[in-house]
Amino acid sequence: MHDVLIIGGGHAGCEAAAAAARRGARVGLLTFRADDLGQMSCNPSIGGVGKGHLVREVDAMGGIMAVAADRAAIHRRMLNASKGGAVRGPRVQADRKLYRRAVSELVASQGVRVIVGEAVRLGVDGGAIVGVELADGTRLGASAVVLTTGTFLGATMFRGQERWTGGRQGSPAASALAAQIRDLGLAEGRLKTGTPPRLDGRTIDWSKVQPQPSDRSLWTMAFAPNPAPLPQLSCAISRTNARSHDVIRAGLGRSPLFAGAIEGRGPRYCPSIEDKVHRFPDRDGHQIFLEPEGLDAHLVYPNGISTSLPTDVQIDLVRSIDGLERCEIVQPGYAVEYEYADPRRLDTTLQHREVAGLFFAGQLNGTTGYEEAAAQGIVAGFNAAAIALDLAIARFDRGTSYIGVMVDDLTIQGVSEPYRMLTARSECRLHLRADNAVSRLGPLALELGALNSDQAGRISAHLDAKGKAERALDRTASGRELGFSDPARKPLAEWARREDAVDLVRRLLPRSAAAEEAIADAAYAPYLERQRGELAARTRDRSISIPRSFDFSSVPGLSSEMRERLATALPADLDQAGRVPGVTPAALSALHFALARKAA
Amino acid sequence: MQDTIYALASGRPPAAIAIVRISGPNAHEAAAIVGGKLPPARKASLRALTDPSTGDVIDEALVLRFDAPASATGENIIEFHCHGGRAVVDALLRALERLKGFRLAEPGEFTRRALANGRIDLTEAEGLADLLSAETELQRRSAVARAGGALRAKLDAWRERILALSARAEVAIDYADEDDGDAADDLGPGLGQLASEMAGLLAAPRVEPLRDGIRVVVAGPPNAGKSSLINALTQSERAIVTAFPGTTRDVIEVPVAISGIPFVLVDTAGLRESTDEVESIGVGRAQEEAGRADILLWLGKPEDRPDHRSALQLRAKADLREGPQFGLPVSALTGEGMSVLLTRLVEEASALLPKGDELALDRRQHDLLEFAGQALVRGSDLCDPVLIAEELRIARSFLDRISGMAGVEDLLDALFGRFCLGK
Repeated sequence: MHDVLIIGGGHAGCEAAAAAARRGARVGLLTFRADDLGQMSCNPSIGGVGKGHLVREVDAMGGIMAVAADRAAIHRRMLNASKGGAVRGPRVQADRKLYRRAVSELVASQGVRVIVGEAVRLGVDGGAIVGVELADGTRLGASAVVLTTGTFLGATMFRGQERWTGGRQGSPAASALAAQIRDLGLAEGRLKTGTPPRLDGRTIDWSKVQPQPSDRSLWTMAFAPNPAPLPQLSCAISRTNARSHDVIRAGLGRSPLFAGAIEGRGPRYCPSIEDKVHRFPDRDGHQIFLEPEGLDAHLVYPNGISTSLPTDVQIDLVRSIDGLERCEIVQPGYAVEYEYADPRRLDTTLQHREVAGLFFAGQLNGTTGYEEAAAQGIVAGFNAAAIALDLAIARFDRGTSYIGVMVDDLTIQGVSEPYRMLTARSECRLHLRADNAVSRLGPLALELGALNSDQAGRISAHLDAKGKAERALDRTASGRELGFSDPARKPLAEWARREDAVDLVRRLLPRSAAAEEAIADAAYAPYLERQRGELAARTRDRSISIPRSFDFSSVPGLSSEMRERLATALPADLDQAGRVPGVTPAALSALHFALARKAA
Repeated sequence: MQDTIYALASGRPPAAIAIVRISGPNAHEAAAIVGGKLPPARKASLRALTDPSTGDVIDEALVLRFDAPASATGENIIEFHCHGGRAVVDALLRALERLKGFRLAEPGEFTRRALANGRIDLTEAEGLADLLSAETELQRRSAVARAGGALRAKLDAWRERILALSARAEVAIDYADEDDGDAADDLGPGLGQLASEMAGLLAAPRVEPLRDGIRVVVAGPPNAGKSSLINALTQSERAIVTAFPGTTRDVIEVPVAISGIPFVLVDTAGLRESTDEVESIGVGRAQEEAGRADILLWLGKPEDRPDHRSALQLRAKADLREGPQFGLPVSALTGEGMSVLLTRLVEEASALLPKGDELALDRRQHDLLEFAGQALVRGSDLCDPVLIAEELRIARSFLDRISGMAGVEDLLDALFGRFCLGK
């Protein structure tokens, strides 16, 4: 008997399994193949701007992605290094094989039982989940089930005129389960994602492309130190050119996307090279990042030429690029169209509103990216354990974490294109930095009992050090102490806001990550102060709650579309209601009145 | 179930026509009970209105029917256009009072229902409030512009441009390692341009002088002729209501329209400048009133005149032909100088009022727009795209609060102090 069963061993599934186990649940992780855990289907990198923030938050909650990324990192880059601390995004390129191995080890070390098999049916009784039935007839009982099946519930792959179904390239789909889940509200629509061809690095002329070395500083993704960093490789940069664009344009007629075969909406953010050339015809070239896939692998991932053009066109395209004139394609690129489940039917713990104990997490909910999947896994895993073992619910607020931003966005707004984290999605961006995830979420993690003893110890130590650094910054100092002629006495925190004084302040504090963080806080303090004022204006709206049973059709003057959106998203208060897409000021005040009438 | 409300929607009787408006779930019932057969929607029909309890005919009236949701309040509406005599109106209202589920509307309740049913938004409601209290042509035109959504259109256009600038800042942040990652280099001018456009609207004359009347304070030493002057001004022009005591015991405010411009003449005669210690208090109070004036009419010596940007020096009781000759001579007794004074007042006032259909902001909107403009000015000086993006976001959120997208409760609070009965 298990407390929690996870269906699917991708990034969401592994985090969910580990998270539930950390809270003391007996966890079973169901997967088609035991060696499939933590498979990176696409770009072999973890992190970035926005995504990197999520990874650090997952780490602060005791998750495994950051640790695995550090163990497998063969290239590091801190994005936006020259811009303010709020948007610095750590990113690593990982050795695919080593990453998978690290994930498997970490999952096993949490006491998760990996079960190889196929789930064909969810056991539901009286509106609650009771277990899962496998293809071989085995019945597994559980108090909570987390669905993290990614694209495995039915995806179609496209390349030129070729079509084939599956869960991922080279893997079967989970169609038996899909039919049942469709009845629970899947088949909201289809989304599209894609992948570039994989290249043989041995056939690339590296002298003709511009190298991008790894960052010199050995920062880590995880808060915990990495005892054995791997040797670092350089990436390289090339570009498409006019010839490449001609090849693409000539092949557009045979592109499944442009021939209208694919219905799913693709992401705006990393469109295929066909999209790029079609939408920006004036550009004379598009950047390509050549990313090695492993220390001893010869595969290279060309980031920037995602495509579903026919194989022969892909070959011509690749060979038109500087440095790739003699390059061999090991596996051509393809597009995937997949069904997703409407996340508006989930509450903010990612539990389905209609089936108690059933959670949905990961790409299944319409997100794109390993990091987005992992963060949802954390939320679902903690809360699945909470349901199974009657523990405290784990809630993430959009004011304190990107995890909270994502869960709020998904459950209130739903998705119309694959959801990817961008720092622009947060109105509290200056507060949600990648370097202060531990300070923001550490207390919650400790409170939930979500950390093992090593993790808890490290995080508590950091919170202490941070407190000390903040007190140190409260001390007033005269300008003379810092070496200025200005005798004025001001708190060190205020001095730290001056570009010409911040280094001097730094020297007065003990060198530590906590001190760096406190200094960065001081630099943003005026903005954070202002933000607190804004939050107060929204607090009144937040205090007007909407009962779960509220009937939106009782609000006069709402269009039927508006009513449908509100009824599906089920915002918990007037503040959330304001974020439902398309809601107008007039509708908001109508809702407000209706709530007041109901309360009266 | 919601009540059905009714009220006299037109002016106080006697008048040629009175309009009694009914809104709510049972409105059509009223038409049937009181007015006989229900007319088709939107077709004015003549009916005999009868009192159901006595069977007496109250009046012959036009009945207008509107069906929800396509009505002013979004509910079923009936309007009785009857003769405007006091007795007719009273009889009709009494008859309606007796109907089950009916009651007299509270001040502003029809507009509340329009808001509740999403028929108007909050800036339109504010404009409507002004429209209803408009007493002069100028006030009307300004309010029509606002009730019709002209302000919202302007705000929406600014919001769009802020979004475009935000997008460029965001690209520099979230796509730092891609080709377009340097799009944020020249955002400053765009922010600056928006800020100066906003400054234009912020500097424009506000709604309050138009809405509440240009405040003309008449001040000077005792017996200088303040009260007589005010009487003369109000006699020669249309007094809107009779004089009533002002917010303080010692000040009398007289609203009057001159050339279509609303003024409030403030008589400070009651401010006693008695002897010694008390004198300073009196002088202080007068100074305070003068400070609140849009225009100051000074009837004392030039050297004693309080500082004011729009002060007119007058020599009252000019008919007595005595004393030093300074300022504009006026005489309440003979009428000398009065037309010149009136002209001068109108001239001064025009500078303080919105021109024609010019958009005017009220205090709440002005303050919020000012904050938005300040954020843009700050942002235009910055280089860090993260901080620029933050200022743009702040500007956007202040604009949203003007139209009610955020801070709904606050806006409703500010709004509903202002409505009056029957509208």
